[in-house]
Amino acid sequence: MNSVTVRTLLVRGMLAGLTAGVLALFIAYLLGEPRVDAAIAFEEAHSHEHGHEMEVVSRGVQSTAGLATGVLVYGVALGGIAALVFCFALGRIGRFGARTTAALLSGAALVVVYLVPFLKYPANPPAVGDPDTIGKRTALFFLMMLLGILLAVAATILGRRLAPKLGNWNATVAAGAAFVVAIGIAYAFLPGFDNVPAGFSGTLLWQFRLSTIAIQLVLWTTFGLVFGHLAERVVPARQATAATAAPVTS
Amino acid sequence: MAQTIAPPAAGAVAPAPLPLKAIAPWALFVGVLMLVLLYFVGAEQGATSLLSGTDVHEWVHDGRHLLGFPCH
Repeated sequence: MNSVTVRTLLVRGMLAGLTAGVLALFIAYLLGEPRVDAAIAFEEAHSHEHGHEMEVVSRGVQSTAGLATGVLVYGVALGGIAALVFCFALGRIGRFGARTTAALLSGAALVVVYLVPFLKYPANPPAVGDPDTIGKRTALFFLMMLLGILLAVAATILGRRLAPKLGNWNATVAAGAAFVVAIGIAYAFLPGFDNVPAGFSGTLLWQFRLSTIAIQLVLWTTFGLVFGHLAERVVPARQATAATAAPVTS
Repeated sequence: MAQTIAPPAAGAVAPAPLPLKAIAPWALFVGVLMLVLLYFVGAEQGATSLLSGTDVHEWVHDGRHLLGFPCH
């Protein structure tokens, strides 16, 4: 029966991820694409010597079907992974019901999957970024994401350990502070990159990066709300009142 | 309002955790599949290439930029 629950939650997580991806796609198209186009216009105006390379995929396809493929697959894949994490977190991170667990998980995912790597290795529009360092930048980007995930898990365990002594609120604040300090230390020691070419509009860079944050905010907010709603209907909101006396053991 | 027959008590407990044995097979197979999908959206034919050419890179180009992955 439990395996059925996991499968159901997984399917619902991927559906919620798809829904979130659709909304994120609208935001990406409306807010992001104009900035991508502007950056490409800058790129082309400053690379006369290279001439025009053969377009493998036209801009019209890249900004519609290509963008949709990327954002929707991203939404479904992260929705599935988030659902698996939810299956593990449910009933293990505190006395939270399905909807609250989904909301907390989505907030944490936004922070560790996007904001943590972004603050050190922010999203770059076309024309920004040295192709020679793509390998290093990609490795460090994923390393920062992995560090965020591991440190968030560590902070959650720390919070659970401190809770009996400090109380839930203070334990959560202490664990959160430890997480921020650890991330700060990682930022201080990892190398940074400055690949913005001379003459590239600061406003355009700022708006591009803001639009990427908007995409993630919409994605994770939608996922948290939709998945929480769907999960609440599979997982009994609360165990029968007889269970209140029995401590939950894993 | 039939659902209010069993009102949640103030000291309500969280749902019982799902057993790890039930989660593990799904996490292993579907989790890995999802990571492979993310890899193709985020990094294939950028930093590393499993397939030759630039078709994948060009197809998901805009998504890669707007989802924050280093693209080129």
